[in-house]
Amino acid sequence: MLTTEEITEIEAEAAHYPKREAVCIDALKIVQRHRGWVSDESLRDIAAHLGMSPTDLDSVATFYNLIFRRPVGRHVIMVCDSVSCWIMGHDRIRKHLNERLGIEFGQTTPDDRFTLLPIVCLGCCDHAPAMMVDADLHSDLDPQKIDSQLEKYQ
Amino acid sequence: MTATTEKPLTRDMRADGLHLDLPAYEQAGGYQAIRKVLKGGMTPQAVTAQVKDANLRGRGGAGFSTGMKWSFVPLGKDAPSPTYLVVNADEMEPGTFKDRMLLERAAHQLIEGAILAGFAIEADVAYIFLRGEYTLAAERISRAIAEAYERHYLGKDILGSGYSLELYLHLSGGRYICGDETGLLNALEGKRANPRSKPPFPPVVGLFGKPTVVNNVETISCVPHIVNHGAAWFRNLGRTNDAGTKLYGVSGKVKRPGLWELPMGTTVREILEEHAGGMRDGVSFRGLLPGGSSTPFIVEEHLDTPMDFTGMPKVGSRLGTGTMIVLDDHTCPVGMSWNMMRFFGRESCGYCTPCWSGLAWAERILQSMEDGRGKPEDIEKLAFQTKMWAPGNTFCALAPGAADPLGTALKYFRVEFERHISEHRCPWR
Repeated sequence: MLTTEEITEIEAEAAHYPKREAVCIDALKIVQRHRGWVSDESLRDIAAHLGMSPTDLDSVATFYNLIFRRPVGRHVIMVCDSVSCWIMGHDRIRKHLNERLGIEFGQTTPDDRFTLLPIVCLGCCDHAPAMMVDADLHSDLDPQKIDSQLEKYQ
Repeated sequence: MTATTEKPLTRDMRADGLHLDLPAYEQAGGYQAIRKVLKGGMTPQAVTAQVKDANLRGRGGAGFSTGMKWSFVPLGKDAPSPTYLVVNADEMEPGTFKDRMLLERAAHQLIEGAILAGFAIEADVAYIFLRGEYTLAAERISRAIAEAYERHYLGKDILGSGYSLELYLHLSGGRYICGDETGLLNALEGKRANPRSKPPFPPVVGLFGKPTVVNNVETISCVPHIVNHGAAWFRNLGRTNDAGTKLYGVSGKVKRPGLWELPMGTTVREILEEHAGGMRDGVSFRGLLPGGSSTPFIVEEHLDTPMDFTGMPKVGSRLGTGTMIVLDDHTCPVGMSWNMMRFFGRESCGYCTPCWSGLAWAERILQSMEDGRGKPEDIEKLAFQTKMWAPGNTFCALAPGAADPLGTALKYFRVEFERHISEHRCPWR
């Protein structure tokens, strides 16, 4: 069941489009913001609310990398692996995160604290290497800076 | 053609990086251009003619004439309704970080530009299509839109002119292909962002089947200044026959990576050496991608070329987004090609075979070279692939964009590819 709050937010966005299905990406993101990810049950509820088939909605949901169809940790780390960050030391940053968190890209720490994902160029190339944690951008990264920044996310 | 130091796009930005709020923007002359147009009796056709005359060309990478694009939209009572304007703020081309600055620090300039563009094409609704990761920009643009509505710059009957425009912010769900004009339109319609077949082109059949113009953030941000100061002024900002200023950027192992608004046509060398400070101590220049990772490499002998729509093609490249990625002698050109191919392969929408199959194939070949498993015939296989991805063989510009850096890497750094194969390892590791 979608909550009243989720429905209110979805309907506010739906008013911006002439067709109801057009709001489906916003709807997936709204539900994800409240629940962390989009489960099969959430997907069916959103589809029913918008008058779409769950299959159609899932074909959209699985296309977009910022929509999570599997559970994620309390915090999602997205590490830029595009070319400028690669030149400026992405591999070192990635290795440090792998070792510190004990996980690879696509995995979540056993305590559900962090999920680690790659992300396309974050548009922060003059301060590479860069990553995002949840909605926050972190740039000019080195292992020490990563360690101190991650402390903020419990 | 006169040299100039005017920086209309960035002049009024705050030095502390904060957002230029509505009072500060108005104080600096903001929202005078919409008064000039909406209260001064200019027609939509006159605005389009002025932008065309200014020779404003798309800053998203393709460089199409903005005024020309607008002129394809049917106007008048019998035109299909509604008409849409979409601001492409889906900045995701690797190595590109220019629109972020305009979005985070000058949202009202973008909104004013959108109102003017909207008026010129008689748009009823405008969307700013913003990539989901630009969270600070999202916050600041949302606030700026609300402020603009309060001041009656948006909504019904703007400033009593009879022109109405609704402006909405759409936050994307991700994927590079959304930056493609028609992929973006499908994403806005709540579909998978596969590019569409063209023709018909969006100005005739676009969003929800209605006339739609899609313009880049930097392009739209230029419009208020053209309206305020005129087409000739804008043309004269450029150092060459290409008009205006340009946000140029440099990333990689240079002394001062960054972003600068400079006259269009500034040479590559001047940007690289004077503004970015040249290479860091201990590393040397090998080559660069002039405007994001979909543009062909240029090398030392090309550095005195103007960075504009005319100069770059003369040396086999493109201006692209105008943000360069520098390759140094301590960075492996094969590794760099592999990194970019992994990106393109991952971001393929999966629709056409040369792209979804070919990019993944090339990525595996490049990986095998890096791992010391490359074979002599692999270089020809890669060269063949880049030909397979030529425009006309694929549905959109993604795979041709992947072919450009790889094809030119094979041309300029062939010895390095051969060394990977003959030495059975990456010499940089």
